[in-house]
Amino acid sequence: MLAFIIRRLFQSVIVMLAVALVSFSLFRFVGDPIASMVGQETTLAERAALRDALGLNDPFLVQFWSFVARAAQGDFGISYRLQQPVMELILSRLPATLELAMISGIFAFLFGVGFGVYTALKRRGWLSNAIMTVSLIGVSLPTFLIGVLLIWVFAVELQMLPSFGRGDVVPVGDWWRTGLLTQSGRMSLILPAITLGLYQMTLIMRLVRAEMLEVLRTDYIKFARARGLTNRAVNFGHALKNTMVPVITITGLQLGSIIAFSIITETVFQWPGVGALFIRSVQFVDVPVMAAYLMLIALIFVVINLIVDLLYYAVDPRLRVSRSHARH
Amino acid sequence: MTFQMTKGMRAALMAGVAGLALGAASASAETLRWARVGDALTLDPHSQNEGPTHTLNHHIYETLVGRNVDGTLEARLATDWEIDPEDDTVWVFTIREGVTFHEGQELTPEDVAFSLDRARTTPSGMAALHAAVEEVTTDGNTVRVKLSGPAPLYVQNLTNTFIMSKAWAEEHGVEAAPNFAAGEEAHSIRNTNGTGPYMLVSRDPEVRTVLRVFEGHWDEAPEVTEIIYTPISEAATRVAALLSGEVDLVQDVPVQDIARLEQTDGVRVVRGPENRNIFFSYDMTSETLASANVDDNPFAKPEVREALALAIDRDAIQQVVMRGESQPSAAPLPPFVNGWTEEMHEYSQPDYERAGELIREAGYENGFSVDLHCPNDRYLNDEAICQALVGMLGRINVSVNLVSQTRSLHFPLIENWETDFYLLGWGVPTFDSQYVFDFLVHSREGAYGAFNGTRYSNAELDAKIESLATMTDLEARDGVIAEIWEQVMEDRIFLNVHNQMLAYAMRDGINLDVHPENQPRMWSVTFD
Amino acid sequence: MSKDDTTIPPRPRSWAYRAWDSDVAYSFRTSPVAMLAGLVAVIIIAMAALAPWLAPFNPYDPSQLNLMDGFTPPMEPNAFTGNTYWLGTDNQGRDVFSTILYGARISLFVGFSAVLFAMVLGITLGLIAGYRGGWVDSLLMRVADVQLSFPSILIALLIFGVARGFIPPAYRETMAIWVLIVAIGLSDWVQYARVVRGATMVEKGKEYVQAARVIGAHPIKILVRHILPNVMGPVLVIATIGLALAIIAEATLSFLGVGVPPTQPSLGTLIRIGQQYLFSGEWWILLFPSITLLALALAVNLLGDWLRDALNPRLR
Repeated sequence: MLAFIIRRLFQSVIVMLAVALVSFSLFRFVGDPIASMVGQETTLAERAALRDALGLNDPFLVQFWSFVARAAQGDFGISYRLQQPVMELILSRLPATLELAMISGIFAFLFGVGFGVYTALKRRGWLSNAIMTVSLIGVSLPTFLIGVLLIWVFAVELQMLPSFGRGDVVPVGDWWRTGLLTQSGRMSLILPAITLGLYQMTLIMRLVRAEMLEVLRTDYIKFARARGLTNRAVNFGHALKNTMVPVITITGLQLGSIIAFSIITETVFQWPGVGALFIRSVQFVDVPVMAAYLMLIALIFVVINLIVDLLYYAVDPRLRVSRSHARH
Repeated sequence: MTFQMTKGMRAALMAGVAGLALGAASASAETLRWARVGDALTLDPHSQNEGPTHTLNHHIYETLVGRNVDGTLEARLATDWEIDPEDDTVWVFTIREGVTFHEGQELTPEDVAFSLDRARTTPSGMAALHAAVEEVTTDGNTVRVKLSGPAPLYVQNLTNTFIMSKAWAEEHGVEAAPNFAAGEEAHSIRNTNGTGPYMLVSRDPEVRTVLRVFEGHWDEAPEVTEIIYTPISEAATRVAALLSGEVDLVQDVPVQDIARLEQTDGVRVVRGPENRNIFFSYDMTSETLASANVDDNPFAKPEVREALALAIDRDAIQQVVMRGESQPSAAPLPPFVNGWTEEMHEYSQPDYERAGELIREAGYENGFSVDLHCPNDRYLNDEAICQALVGMLGRINVSVNLVSQTRSLHFPLIENWETDFYLLGWGVPTFDSQYVFDFLVHSREGAYGAFNGTRYSNAELDAKIESLATMTDLEARDGVIAEIWEQVMEDRIFLNVHNQMLAYAMRDGINLDVHPENQPRMWSVTFD
Repeated sequence: MSKDDTTIPPRPRSWAYRAWDSDVAYSFRTSPVAMLAGLVAVIIIAMAALAPWLAPFNPYDPSQLNLMDGFTPPMEPNAFTGNTYWLGTDNQGRDVFSTILYGARISLFVGFSAVLFAMVLGITLGLIAGYRGGWVDSLLMRVADVQLSFPSILIALLIFGVARGFIPPAYRETMAIWVLIVAIGLSDWVQYARVVRGATMVEKGKEYVQAARVIGAHPIKILVRHILPNVMGPVLVIATIGLALAIIAEATLSFLGVGVPPTQPSLGTLIRIGQQYLFSGEWWILLFPSITLLALALAVNLLGDWLRDALNPRLR
């Protein structure tokens, strides 16, 4: 167990370094940060001087090394655009993204599992078919369009829900500000959470349905039925329980991509999270923020991967052997 | 203000607000929720020379002179300003008395001198506007600014140079504007101490900034007592926020939504010309073009430039792309800028037949192809304007390959002379033609010609442009400006499209004028 | 799997007959949803493929455009020019119907090519990783991890950035579509690789593969002849869903400001342009491209669903 964790940790560090290298080498192609940092009156000589002072003329490896050395100490420099420490900036935006990701993850999981079980048990029912088809619509339109349409219907026409932002937030602890404790904060969460969670919900629903269908035909379930157990006990006590391992895995892995995909949802809803911060940083070529964001995403993914692996290890003893084999 | 649940509740609340306004006007607290596309980059008074940054800072800090909505100057912290009658290289400003900063310090001429020095020293973003300043001194309640030569228009450069407290700057270690390369955040980026009509209550960059009225302000108390400023970058979301009653005022209204908003109950739109022109320009000097499929430079030929001028249908762009929200013009100069004439503004109707002939006369029997570079997130409908031009030039056998990209990729192309054909917008903060010539017409050398992507170089014109800076006889100076414009228009350096129009959309009952530099002043807002 | 790869047919029959008689085809014939989805997909794909012959205008030819035709409502004459268009025109005066046909062509081309690219790359690496095992497998799977930690949209954004740096400006616009294909394809190969790797690891332990090895068959031959056919089922399912995903991803990238040039819009670009007119009353610019994309993606997704069930004998 310990050896397994150590090996995975070591691999995680390698992954992080690779992410840093790849992302860092790409920034030079995103654009010229100087152009968005200075006014139109700035002379060419002054621009060159600033480029020099920021170290943008240094050889690539020098820039990369100083980035890694400082990043290892948690120092990502200051934002070219907002002139604030990047760490502080990201930490101040992270709660918004995490709350959104969490709520949309819960939404996706609850509805996904619920619909999945229902459609598996009532395979031929019209409601099942309706759920299956409608959920597909959710993945057949681009996220940004779904977001804009939701705003149009629920904010503009019905005036039921806010169209943008996070509502009122209250501080919890030192740097975490939550919208979950205020009425306007909770109302503001609904539309973005649905927009962001729709895709994952469909995914989980289909996965649960498929797994349930498979489990329901196994001998073990047939035997349980033959033993005279109630449908309820069979369906939920045995069948659902057995579908949960892959579902948890996928949900966990999807959490990382929920955070990443929040870029689009946050842009549409003006949600003050790290995704919106990232996309604005790309537009302004704010290299320090971009670099820190990508490292953060990589870190979140690595951690989630690690947790999923450990859960696997804990939940299903059979996997210990095959998984450690597969990892060789 | 919190979000309202239902239409009914919202109506009741609006009625309540209206009732308050009708009642005791002085005692009422009016909150204005203001949304625009982007946030101020910083609250430091001199760090960035950028529109949205100045707009917000104008509410917290003040300048010596301000820009009225009609483009004229008004007294802010200077009650009087003149060129020293004995020395035409010195400007003398009389500083307003009885002005206090938000934290209670008295405004002194020393604060003004300190601020001007801070603004003209790198890494201040305002330094270029004060490049001619040699020394700033105080004398009683006046401040004397000594320039390297006569500078009759220097006062025009001061409308965005804010005054801060010297004591406060020293206390917080921000005697100089923040340095990008310093690697740490300066106190002045998120903390303020100005003399302006509003004080900073809270600031969450790109999320929300709250300002409250400053009771000790020298001028009349504004009707708006609290400002909640929220950037909303997506156009559709911004408009939705106004339609759903979540904000009171939207500054950057997409042109296509203006008509709909005007017809919406409870919403009104005000509009006016902006100090910004949109034009195409081209490399008219190089031997060959990197992106063209011919061996020479078509833009170097006057026939081709004339053909382009005959092919652009400005009225169509105005009516369809801009929905009527622009002022088509042949001159790259807004009407209120010194040097503008009715004549320059007049443009010809398209004549595709003649334009096609000119292309053939220039030796391009089968036309030619070239890349057009265009920003897609900088000006109103910039990409759509470029697309429209592609269609128009297609009709005269000039096949244009459109490259539209974000601003951070677009503008370096012009700076580095890596584009043959491009779109650019230009505002004139000094309200004088010299600003246009310095940056766009003068050959590229030293501080001149930074945005001259045409590589145009005319020694005679350069000399005339340089002479403008020190001419004190304003009439003679206007004559030189006219001469330069005549040459520029004759050589067709610019293919101008239009002057941008601004539109602000707001809740009914709010009165606000459009500001030509797109710097609306919330202290001037009145309620019906 | 289907009959034909398990037993030798008693009499040689035509390829078409065998295809028609297969279990998969039978399942298709008896599933109304699959038939309808197939029909919709075929119609859209055919119309897109035949766009130059079907469309009344060529929206990519700027000389055919008249800006004054812009914003013409469907079936109504334009206020300036008097021209009438079936589905109206967009902000540049392009006929919406023609633009949709040409746009669908680009979207489908990007989608198919990206899936093909991802599939080839994923299968190849998956086969190698699964068959060779050891450090090759470890390395490839670690690369896959790095890849997965970048969400697909980010990868595409970054690849676009790199391409901008490498490709000379003169070729950028013509290359944009290929960059898009590589970007979407590269962000999607991991799925194929994982599935193929897993299946390969299972298959390579089986007796028939061992036997082939013993008689000295070349590893490549074993991989291609014996292992590949066994993994094609799940790969096809991933590919079908992947096609829908690729088309949507192209639209999303367009929203983020990267993608095909606006003068040659894809379906996604059309939707991005159209959503600017949601509040201004020009509903047709958004509605028609969205319906087309929805119909296409829905049909492909439903086909993918059906295929998944049809290829999984246990679910029958």
